[in-house]
Amino acid sequence: MHSDACAPLALRLAAFGGLIFLLAPIALIFVYAFTTEETSYQWPPPGLTTKWLAVTVGRPDVWQALGLSLKVAAISTTIALVLGTLTAAAVSRSRFFGRETISLLVILPIALPGIITGISLRSAFSLLEIPFSTWTIVLGHATFCIVIVYNNAVARFRRTSGALIDAAMDLGADGLQTFTLVILPNIGTALLAGGMLAFALSFDEVIVTTFTAGQQTTLPIWMLEELVRPRQRPVTNVVAMAVVLVTFLPILAAYYLTRDGEHTAGAEK
Amino acid sequence: MTQAAPLSATARDPAPAIFAPRGGLLPRLVDWILRHPRVFVFLMVLPITLWLGLVYVGSLIALLIQSFFSIDEFSGLVVREFTLKTYGELLRPYNFDIILRTVLMAASVTVASAILAFPIAYFAARYARGRWKAVFYLGIMLPLWSSYLVKVYAWKLVLAKEGILTWLFAKLHLTWLLEAVLAVPVIGGNSLSVSYLGTFIVFTYIWLPYMILPVQASLERVPATLTEAAADLGATPRQNFRLVILPLALPGVVAGSIFTFSLTLGDYIIPQIIGSSRLFIGQAVYTQQGTAGNIPLAAAFTVVPIVIMGIYLWAARRMGAFDAL
Repeated sequence: MHSDACAPLALRLAAFGGLIFLLAPIALIFVYAFTTEETSYQWPPPGLTTKWLAVTVGRPDVWQALGLSLKVAAISTTIALVLGTLTAAAVSRSRFFGRETISLLVILPIALPGIITGISLRSAFSLLEIPFSTWTIVLGHATFCIVIVYNNAVARFRRTSGALIDAAMDLGADGLQTFTLVILPNIGTALLAGGMLAFALSFDEVIVTTFTAGQQTTLPIWMLEELVRPRQRPVTNVVAMAVVLVTFLPILAAYYLTRDGEHTAGAEK
Repeated sequence: MTQAAPLSATARDPAPAIFAPRGGLLPRLVDWILRHPRVFVFLMVLPITLWLGLVYVGSLIALLIQSFFSIDEFSGLVVREFTLKTYGELLRPYNFDIILRTVLMAASVTVASAILAFPIAYFAARYARGRWKAVFYLGIMLPLWSSYLVKVYAWKLVLAKEGILTWLFAKLHLTWLLEAVLAVPVIGGNSLSVSYLGTFIVFTYIWLPYMILPVQASLERVPATLTEAAADLGATPRQNFRLVILPLALPGVVAGSIFTFSLTLGDYIIPQIIGSSRLFIGQAVYTQQGTAGNIPLAAAFTVVPIVIMGIYLWAARRMGAFDAL
């Protein structure tokens, strides 16, 4: 079977049908953001308006939720970048006791269902009497963001020659110089891609967050409340569209950054 | 990292082959660490060990321990004594139904996504070239990475009684078909958004990319020479697919099924928003720890997916699924 042969019609129909199934619901969000219908999910929309964009922009609760989400995502991504890179460097560059355990430990938070991470952190907080704060949310998010950075960094480290580091050191570079002048330029794009995907993952996370947020509202929690008890459907429509747009950008950027590598970022969310 | 030779501090050679030690306490400490690979590696893995080993695994273990406690039925307080009573409660018909319902849903979602994913992965791996390859890549990545809640919300729009699907069926004069499907007991309901069928569709949609990616990866690794050889030896395309490609792609399907199965087992948001009011494991955990305040039972409920996934992973490993990840 040659790759340049034409695919059987049934296969083509099934493949493109599947692609439409994957993308059509997301496209629908963009139509609903402009509907004039306020109380139901009526299709086709009775009319189109841009009024709700302005209304959403003027809503303080949306901005507060967005602010908290951005803050949590930024802190978690930073923690994940530091921890993920350090671990990736150690695991890919040397053999040591417990190496297998550590690589298992890192994937555990995404291998187990999110609800297990959530409830175990929550019960640990209540056992230790830790009050809910931004930091409890960050703790949960960073835990599963580490693996995203780790996966990207480990793949890059494997392709980077260790002789480069030895050469830099032999030529008199100190630790910091070796890191900033040799290691960082080599792994930079992988870290950028991993960092952006970790940011997107944290920005979107809801299952663990419902357990670690207490009374605080991140943007996904705001969405969830609207989904369970719809109060302002038009505003929710616009927020949904904004979230889709915001998450598309890092994916496109990560795609272009890692396109040349054999390992594609985000392939193992 | 190579170990540097001893310092040249005592060397009388005016032009030492090795750089002289640098001054200052911090640079010397850094140099010392770099010259001791074991210490260096230890320092590199220390933060992750503390974070995941202590905070994460610590709270997991604490949760497991609590599943062996029980709740006092009169005071509602947790009794901190070892007992298997809470696990016994899982076997009560009401709770056991929740487990059975969730496992059945996870199994059907897995089968459906395998069937839907295969043609997409097959086409993307073996026929799509150049621009189409990028289209398929982004077409799979965008739904995978776009917001989970927005995807659920989109399906609420699609499945609503006044939504696009009902409209589509009406336009095609197939309203009778939709009504017939909704009239089926158990899986049907008032509208798609409040039926098991709706829950099933949304689960399949949301986890489908997790199935496509490993299947595609395993199909890409089937060498073209192998299928050519089979064809040369007289295999029809159908035989070629059934006897050569399918067995080699199977580990990818199993790897994908780990995701679809595990994610369905643990989810509690989709059945809460789209589906009938009957509970799934995730929802049971959520209500037990939240409104009911029964942490031991919630903990025992979380052990169920862990055990099921443990068995599943063990079986998958034996089928060689981990090489396809």
